[in-house]
Amino acid sequence: MKVLVPVKRVIDYNVKARVKPDQSGVDLANVKMSMNPFCEIAVEEAVRLKEKGVATEIVSVSIGPIQAQETLRTSLAMGADRAILIQTDQDLEPLAVAKLLKAVIAEESPDLVLMGKQAIDGDNNATGQMLSAILDWPQATFASKLEIEGGKAKVTREVDGGLQTIEVNLPAVVTADLRLNEPRYASLPNIMKAKKKPLDIKELASFGVDVAPRLKVVKVAEPPKRSGGIKVETAADLVNKLKTEAGVL
Amino acid sequence: MAVLVIADHDNASLKDNTHKTVTAALQLSGDVDVLVAGQGAKAVAEAAAKIKGVRKVLLAESDALGQGLAEAVEALVVPLMANYDAVLTPATSQGKNFSPRIAAKLDVAQITDVTEVVDGSTFVRPIYAGNAMETVTSSDAKKVITVRPTVFKAAEEGGSAAIESIDAGAAPAKTHFVSQELVKSARPELSGAKIVVSGGRAMGSAEEFQRVIDPLADKLGAAVGASRAAVDAGYAPNDYQVGQTGKVVAPELYIAIGISGAIQHLAGMKDSKVIVAINKDADAPIFQVADYGLVADYKVAVPELMDALTAAGK
Repeated sequence: MKVLVPVKRVIDYNVKARVKPDQSGVDLANVKMSMNPFCEIAVEEAVRLKEKGVATEIVSVSIGPIQAQETLRTSLAMGADRAILIQTDQDLEPLAVAKLLKAVIAEESPDLVLMGKQAIDGDNNATGQMLSAILDWPQATFASKLEIEGGKAKVTREVDGGLQTIEVNLPAVVTADLRLNEPRYASLPNIMKAKKKPLDIKELASFGVDVAPRLKVVKVAEPPKRSGGIKVETAADLVNKLKTEAGVL
Repeated sequence: MAVLVIADHDNASLKDNTHKTVTAALQLSGDVDVLVAGQGAKAVAEAAAKIKGVRKVLLAESDALGQGLAEAVEALVVPLMANYDAVLTPATSQGKNFSPRIAAKLDVAQITDVTEVVDGSTFVRPIYAGNAMETVTSSDAKKVITVRPTVFKAAEEGGSAAIESIDAGAAPAKTHFVSQELVKSARPELSGAKIVVSGGRAMGSAEEFQRVIDPLADKLGAAVGASRAAVDAGYAPNDYQVGQTGKVVAPELYIAIGISGAIQHLAGMKDSKVIVAINKDADAPIFQVADYGLVADYKVAVPELMDALTAAGK
């Protein structure tokens, strides 16, 4: 079984995003960039499927600037077999990403697409669902458990107030939630080996996909600041303040 | 311009998120219909008909809709969009599951997690875990929008819209529901609770988390939340998680106990009306957003807080 794992290069999750003074966007110059945490979980799950003998090949794909090669090398070091970079400096919307992935899938014919539920920059949580819709493949989002058997994926999903289990026919799109697994750190020998694994760079234009943005960003502003309040000395003092001053008890 | 709101419900009762999404929809148009897609959900439709400002309620029922399968909701809604210029869904895990499918099938962008309606095609939404607010204008003919319910006031009751039953559409052939396990709790639901008590990594174990946080929450009639660090460490289940990667809450009162205040947690609770932080580290970032901070070890502070609440008649 062949697994395709799309990954995104984003601001490192430990770095606080800062808005540019001209409000044109978030300042990413000289900021640490890493693989999106949910993508990392998806790569880890694919590697575990391979270790269990369920998956035979893992292809990792990224759409982004030339530096996204580093992100792909990370997935190769974790255990992906080869990688594809669709190079662009344009910031693409989820619908455009889904259409490009559909084009990659037409060439690669994977049995399973395993991807993160959300990228922590745009916070859209949409690409997997959109890809599934335009492929007419079933979807299983927010997965916390994945089992593959007999041409089907049994997926436990995080839903409001609990867990839901569904079964989808393969090929399917599965998006990873936090509890699916804890991604490994790539070992030094694996990082060295990853440098020799194949990484194809393709031009965005060669796919002939309409990636024109549908949303125009008017401005990006700082959120309203919340100022710190006061320190209280005792719990009794706190209850008193909540009752009389804040009126919330 | 006519707008469709997809109701949030559990087949038995209508959730408040629907009322809040109707408020956002009414800022776009006076012609707002509500779709109840479920199974055995007549009471939900009747409740939706009572929301002030709703023109009509559409009720579609099938097993697949009752199970909330995304493919079924999409197959139902996409043809309906011939009659609507926009569809609004509360950004719950359910809404997030099916809404992007509708957008993709209509070949339009989804405008995600909207916190402000500027005009008919301009919206504000948080990005980077709420560290930036993006204003976007959509050029698409039809708008597919998810709404962050916590920032909108619930539409009032007092309407009497007609309920129209419609065809449920096709059931998905390649997706099958297996089971659902919902956590049964006497406590209010986290995303809609008036008071939330959250615990962090400082608790040190699941037993300690339950020993400290649960009684305080029960005393206040509050929902229980947790930081991602506490969830990752296994001290609390994932559906307790408040933050960018969990639930976004905005209660009247949010009490953070032993939570340092990582960016990702603040993104999920900074719109709360009053924030209380109890932490022994006076430099913890949580104090920068807290209205009332108590620098103390929770092991001492929480029992004292329980006593003070008892003394105050709670």
